[in-house]
Amino acid sequence: MAKFTTTLLCATALIAVAGCAKKRPETLPPAPVDSSAGVDPSGGLANGGANGAIVPGSDADFRRSVQSNTVNFALDMYDIDPTARAILDSQAEWLARNPNVRITIEGHCDERGTREYNLALGDRRANSAKNYLAARGVSASRMTTISYGSERPVAQGSDDAAWAENRRAVTIVLN
Amino acid sequence: MFRSLSPRRPAMISSLLPGEGRGPGGEVFVTARTVLAAASPNWAPAFAGVGSGVRAVLASVGVLALVAGGAASAQTAPTPVPQAGAPAAADDQSGGLVVDVTGGISAPMPIAVPVMPTSAVVSTPAGSTDVLGRQLADIVTNDLRNSGLFTPLAPGQLRAIGFPEVTAPGFDYWGSTGAQALVQGFIRANGDGNLTVGCYLYDVSSRAELTRQGFVVPPSDWRRAGHKCADMVYTRLTGEGAYFDSRVVYVSETGPKNRRIKRLAIMDQDGANHRFLTNGQSIVLTPRFAPNQQSIVYMSYVNNRPAIYVYDIGTGRQRLVVQNASLTFAPRFSPDGRNILFSMAQGGNTDVYRVSSQGGAPQRLTNSPGIDTGGSYSPDGSRIVFESDRSGGQQIYVMNADGSNQQRISFGGGRYATPVWSPRGDLIAFTKLGGGFRIGIMSPSGGGEKLLTNDWQDEGPSWSPNGRVINFFRSGRGGGGKADLWSVDLTGVNERKIPTPLDGSDPAWGPLRP
Repeated sequence: MAKFTTTLLCATALIAVAGCAKKRPETLPPAPVDSSAGVDPSGGLANGGANGAIVPGSDADFRRSVQSNTVNFALDMYDIDPTARAILDSQAEWLARNPNVRITIEGHCDERGTREYNLALGDRRANSAKNYLAARGVSASRMTTISYGSERPVAQGSDDAAWAENRRAVTIVLN
Repeated sequence: MFRSLSPRRPAMISSLLPGEGRGPGGEVFVTARTVLAAASPNWAPAFAGVGSGVRAVLASVGVLALVAGGAASAQTAPTPVPQAGAPAAADDQSGGLVVDVTGGISAPMPIAVPVMPTSAVVSTPAGSTDVLGRQLADIVTNDLRNSGLFTPLAPGQLRAIGFPEVTAPGFDYWGSTGAQALVQGFIRANGDGNLTVGCYLYDVSSRAELTRQGFVVPPSDWRRAGHKCADMVYTRLTGEGAYFDSRVVYVSETGPKNRRIKRLAIMDQDGANHRFLTNGQSIVLTPRFAPNQQSIVYMSYVNNRPAIYVYDIGTGRQRLVVQNASLTFAPRFSPDGRNILFSMAQGGNTDVYRVSSQGGAPQRLTNSPGIDTGGSYSPDGSRIVFESDRSGGQQIYVMNADGSNQQRISFGGGRYATPVWSPRGDLIAFTKLGGGFRIGIMSPSGGGEKLLTNDWQDEGPSWSPNGRVINFFRSGRGGGGKADLWSVDLTGVNERKIPTPLDGSDPAWGPLRP
């Protein structure tokens, strides 16, 4: 983890220097570094111990223990349906067992909305999940929300299945 | 002499023209349209209704010094161009050559733009003056063609002209080509390192000079002289405001949908002088120019804290506008640049706020439950158009600048989003959702709705400085996440793709450059 962070810092520093250069080469920048575990497929691995053991209270532990870290929504909707309720109940139980853990909830939308509206809709979805967890006893002070609108889909298609997958709220354990 | 408006022309479009309409007796009249010197028998515009009171306004725009007859003056404040040898073309009231901005698509005006000769071939940092003369003619040609209102002669129909011919055109030849108007110019390297570009517009059939302007530019700004020349021709022949000498800021995109790299980029209106402003480390969205064009307000996910920043174009520095833990987005400057409208989402509820451009405490303008976002000021700053889903789905509303008197103006089927007030004040552009996303326009009171595009996903209109053209972005289906910049004019006919190095979205057209 430490090594990864160092590499990250170096990369950032290099980019910062490049950004200051007077004549910037018009080449592609490196892929964005995403510190959000929810959209980083390898995010959970960082929680593994030296021998691959999952650290209790980590995001990997969370994902292993709950039904899902993701709840989905109907088109342009943000209500918590029975399926989502069961998932969030399992999340609330884990959070009750790990009272010192803080979480952030990401809200996401499919591509069939205008960009600015989707940012607001993603905020609605993240807050729906947050409010449900709060009603299940999770202190609001442990939870933050962030909306990505339609900027970070998990499914790349333009069909009903992909859109359904992308309308979601994802709970991430902060380390 | 008088021809009535084409019956198939939508009534609403007629009213788009400032000063144009029907008089009390039902006659067509025009009050603010420039007209060429004499009647042009060969040129029969679809619209030629010209009443009395027509007066050309030779507004000399620009920071650039003017020249007369090819003699460069020093860089001074703009002054009217001496009309040496030119007839009082502007005051002619009998009719004549005029481009119909609504019917011009079906009958664009043939125009000749020969290569601009140079008095002496000189090497400059922008290139050799003879090469620049060719490129300047290309810029003028492309601008005029892209407006949809002109048909420039093909290169094969053009002939080379000598330096002395710039002010003494071969009208016999140009008449034989079918050109109705002729643009001639010259380029010269000055002793101080600057370039002088002269630009002359002639009415071919009446053999009259209509207007001229000269521009002194540093070599790095040589393309602007071409755009200024095209703007002079365009405004003189259409009566519309200028827009070619302007820039666009937008979001350059590349990569797969789930790891899209987005960077702020800026370019000239025609795609030239492209440059990236941010490095792609953070998602950026919805850039918009400040009225003085010195800065850009936009939304960024820097440090995973989505918020509004102001980017200073000169220094490359950016600063956070609103210090708040909540999501802030959808920023846009007020017409005087003093305020920034934005949206803030708190606990799932989004409202429109206003904050000083310098920062400080935001003022809340809307307070209905639901998503209120996408605010845009009227040009006089007195009103704001925004979208709200308070009635169920996204619809367009107008309110006073202080948030009072909120009224819904969109009532057609489907949802309406991203309203933007025209710089001319007469129209609201929007995205209509329902069976695809389409770009449309309506009046600020909600009347005269007209959809301009029809594709899978067209979104995010932004007005040209003269309020006659709209930039937007068009997304494709599927995993490629393809998105491109496009423009469409108010007729909906002249739809064009704007060239960008990578994909593009969220275009914002800046004001006319000074």
